[in-house]
Amino acid sequence: MTIIDETAESPAPDGSGDTGRPLLEVRDLHVEFHTRDGIAKAVNGVNYSVAAGETLAVLGESGSGKSVTAQAIMGILDMPPGRIPKGEILFRGQDMLKMSGEERRKIRGSKIAMIFQDALSSLNPVLSVGYQLSEMFRVHQGMSKKDAKVKAIELMDRVKIPAAGDRVNDYPHQFSGGMRQRIMIAMALALEPDLIIADEPTTALDVTVQAQVMDLLAELQREYNMGLILITHDLGVVADVADKIAVMYAGRIVERAPVHELYKRPAHPYTKGLLDSIPRLDQKGQELYAIKGLPPNLLRIPTGCAFNPRCPQAQDVCRTDVPPLHPVTERDGTELAGRGSACHFWKETIHG
Amino acid sequence: MGRYVARRLLQMIPVFIGSTLLIFCMMYALPGDPVRAMMGDQAYDPAVVASIKKDLGLDQPLLQQYVNYMTGLFQGDFGTQIASKRPIADIILDAFPVTIRLTIFAFTFVTLVGIGLGVIAGLRPDTLRDRGLLTLTLVLVSMPSFVLGFLLQYLLAFKWSVTTPTVTDSTDFAQLVLPATVLASLSLAYVARLTRTSIAENLRSDYMRTAVAKGLPRRRVVGVHLMRNSLIPVVTFLGIEVGNLMTGAIVTEGIFNVRGIGVEIYEALSRREGATVVGIASLMVLIYLAASLIVDLLYAVLDPRIRYA
Amino acid sequence: MPDKTVEKKVEALPGDTVSTAGVVVADAGPAPDKARSLWSDAWHDLRRNPLFLVSAVLIVFLLVMSAWPGLFTSASPRDADLAKHYLGKPNWGHFFAPDWLGYDVQGRSIYARVVHGARASITVGVGVTLAVTVLGTVIGMIAGYFGGWTDTLLSRLTDIFLGIPFLLGALVVLNSFNDRTVWVVIMALAFLGWTQIARVARGAVITIKQADYVVAAKALGASTSRILFRHILPNALAPIIVVATIALGGYIAAEATLSFLGVGLGDTAVSWGGDVARGREQLRIAPHTLIIPSVMVSITVLSFLMFGDAVRNALDPKLR
Repeated sequence: MTIIDETAESPAPDGSGDTGRPLLEVRDLHVEFHTRDGIAKAVNGVNYSVAAGETLAVLGESGSGKSVTAQAIMGILDMPPGRIPKGEILFRGQDMLKMSGEERRKIRGSKIAMIFQDALSSLNPVLSVGYQLSEMFRVHQGMSKKDAKVKAIELMDRVKIPAAGDRVNDYPHQFSGGMRQRIMIAMALALEPDLIIADEPTTALDVTVQAQVMDLLAELQREYNMGLILITHDLGVVADVADKIAVMYAGRIVERAPVHELYKRPAHPYTKGLLDSIPRLDQKGQELYAIKGLPPNLLRIPTGCAFNPRCPQAQDVCRTDVPPLHPVTERDGTELAGRGSACHFWKETIHG
Repeated sequence: MGRYVARRLLQMIPVFIGSTLLIFCMMYALPGDPVRAMMGDQAYDPAVVASIKKDLGLDQPLLQQYVNYMTGLFQGDFGTQIASKRPIADIILDAFPVTIRLTIFAFTFVTLVGIGLGVIAGLRPDTLRDRGLLTLTLVLVSMPSFVLGFLLQYLLAFKWSVTTPTVTDSTDFAQLVLPATVLASLSLAYVARLTRTSIAENLRSDYMRTAVAKGLPRRRVVGVHLMRNSLIPVVTFLGIEVGNLMTGAIVTEGIFNVRGIGVEIYEALSRREGATVVGIASLMVLIYLAASLIVDLLYAVLDPRIRYA
Repeated sequence: MPDKTVEKKVEALPGDTVSTAGVVVADAGPAPDKARSLWSDAWHDLRRNPLFLVSAVLIVFLLVMSAWPGLFTSASPRDADLAKHYLGKPNWGHFFAPDWLGYDVQGRSIYARVVHGARASITVGVGVTLAVTVLGTVIGMIAGYFGGWTDTLLSRLTDIFLGIPFLLGALVVLNSFNDRTVWVVIMALAFLGWTQIARVARGAVITIKQADYVVAAKALGASTSRILFRHILPNALAPIIVVATIALGGYIAAEATLSFLGVGLGDTAVSWGGDVARGREQLRIAPHTLIIPSVMVSITVLSFLMFGDAVRNALDPKLR
């Protein structure tokens, strides 16, 4: 039983001097929260990596630990009640969890930036967007107030906010939802970071605006050759922009695969269930599939495979043994690059 | 902005009239008679009482009396005290600066110490430091100012002889420290608690997470992002407290024998000098209304989400 | 008031209960297995809060003292014996004896006066709180629910009452009465004090009015009174109770302050504030005549404040 070695990742596609070393690597990350009702295990041994110019989509329901992992990477977890008992987060080979607070602060915003889901509450309501954007330049680059303001307007132009010069002194509540999310993107982009983590960046937006914002994000990512971690629960958002996908369930990665392969041939019953629950035109008239049951309670994660109570294929072994992330191969044993499934019956699922 | 202020000023008029009329009615419509109070227990001639009342206009209908009184007030005529025969305007002019000094002193104290304690507690919610400060403020709140006043008077003046028990010169700031502290204590405790709650709540907000994610130094995250938001309710509260501090002076001035507005109004009340009470009360209402207007304007300046309507 | 586009959220609405499980909920998936209501959740919290337990015990103690002072002392608070005048210092060893806490200027047992004084403070405090809660809730609910000119009118009325400083108003009103019984004091303070609750109730009702379940009830044709009493009142209650419990301590302090100023309960009544005022002259020579009733006032106010604080924390998960 081999477990995929995350370090043996294919070289970064950008061909920069950093080849062979991903931009960001999360190794065996554990995060738990101490609550009144006990210890909630939000993240239980997550491994993933992103290279420059690459987009990793992290997919999962709420409570799957996808956002908590991102917050741990950013170093914005509330600790306490949060705690990281185990794991490493390597940024350009250096473990950020071992860095000093000041070192991490300097990385935040300038090297790794984050886009949050709800731009209205995530932007400071009493400061103008111009102030909040120019703050990045003033703090990280010591720029003067005036110069920083000019840069802020430039940034707003970049993310295609009309009449940026007139609107720079407006406050967040004066913008529409889509425009606000553009401002969030601009803020993340300000210092041209190496990696952007976008936590459900379009969930709060209208469908038409969603597409615009996603396109903008993808376009800017290509332009700056940034790594992007896209956290979402929406399979539809992912298909066009992501290179690879990690599916999370109960704080673990249950399946990982290059994006199109995952859609074509899921190797985990959970992923399969997710894909089957997307309405499709060619299945008109049929009842839509839904994964039965509820996401697990993180205070009492089921023994064995966390998905077993909801899994149509569950056997006795699923209730006792935690499945490791098996490398997924073709029927004849040829390895499928970058694929893994944490299911005892992955063979049956993919080739079944 | 200008239109908003004008509208607010217009709105203040009925409230001012309402509040002063209410005080006027409470003073004059309820039982109690100033002329008889002046005469004390001695036998009196009803005819004399009636003629004095006529002179003072006390025989007219209540509303007429109120209108007469307010007309005078706006011409700067506060009337004359029945007992001392002094113009009430003079009494107010003498006493007011004393109370203003005391109030400003206490207000500064409330602002600096109250917000300071609140910030210290709120930044580390639910720690020992926070709980300790919360308990301290609770103890302060639970001591009515006369209790705290006498306690400090007893300890500082009689027991340790650090200060004089009463104020002999109200222009001497050193002498005002004790009364100002006592006057400030309640508001100070409230301000500290409010600041603490506001800070602790905002600490968990999404925009604070963003500020940290932007890589801002903690100084800036707290000093700019947190404070700008957290102090908005505190500023509102402080404005309203100006009025409470001025009435609180009634007790504090009495304990420390500061000859301010509080002592004047208290003495006027016990002699049932309606004109003096209503005159001073009207001034207090006016100050309260002005303070709340300023607070609202300030609120709108501090919080851009509030629009003038 | 400026039109606040962001209405400050009223404390503790039912929707907030979800956040009680702590920060995790943001990403922790399902709520704990047992559904918890705001009230059971609050009770769960309260039982573990030492501040609540201590204050509850103190309050029960004070309530018993005010109901049956005879349980604590057989001495009369009015029996004056000048032979034992105020120079009779406390005998700290004589627990619960009439001379335990010494005698006042007229030779009355301070212990007996302190025990018997509880009734005035507690009755006024509880009475005023009940009165302002009922009055304020009714006015606030009417203003908030019906809106329009009703709201404008009632809000202006609230403004007018708010314009009068509480202590000053109470002084003016009470000064007019020569015979100030407990009921007069309660009515006077309630007359001046309802505004705070009215504002809170109005705000809560306005927020709840827009909640989907109220809109749904309306759409289903529920009557106004049904909506008000079945849907709005129960949900507006939490913030009202929070404000009321905290105000209780304040009213006890107010009663003591007014008695101290000589316009509280009549001179014949036994009250802590009055005793403090009378002890004032002896501050230098017999401080215990003043300090002991002062301490009683503070302990009582503190108990109710701690109680109110604990209730607030339990009912308002946002503050945790």
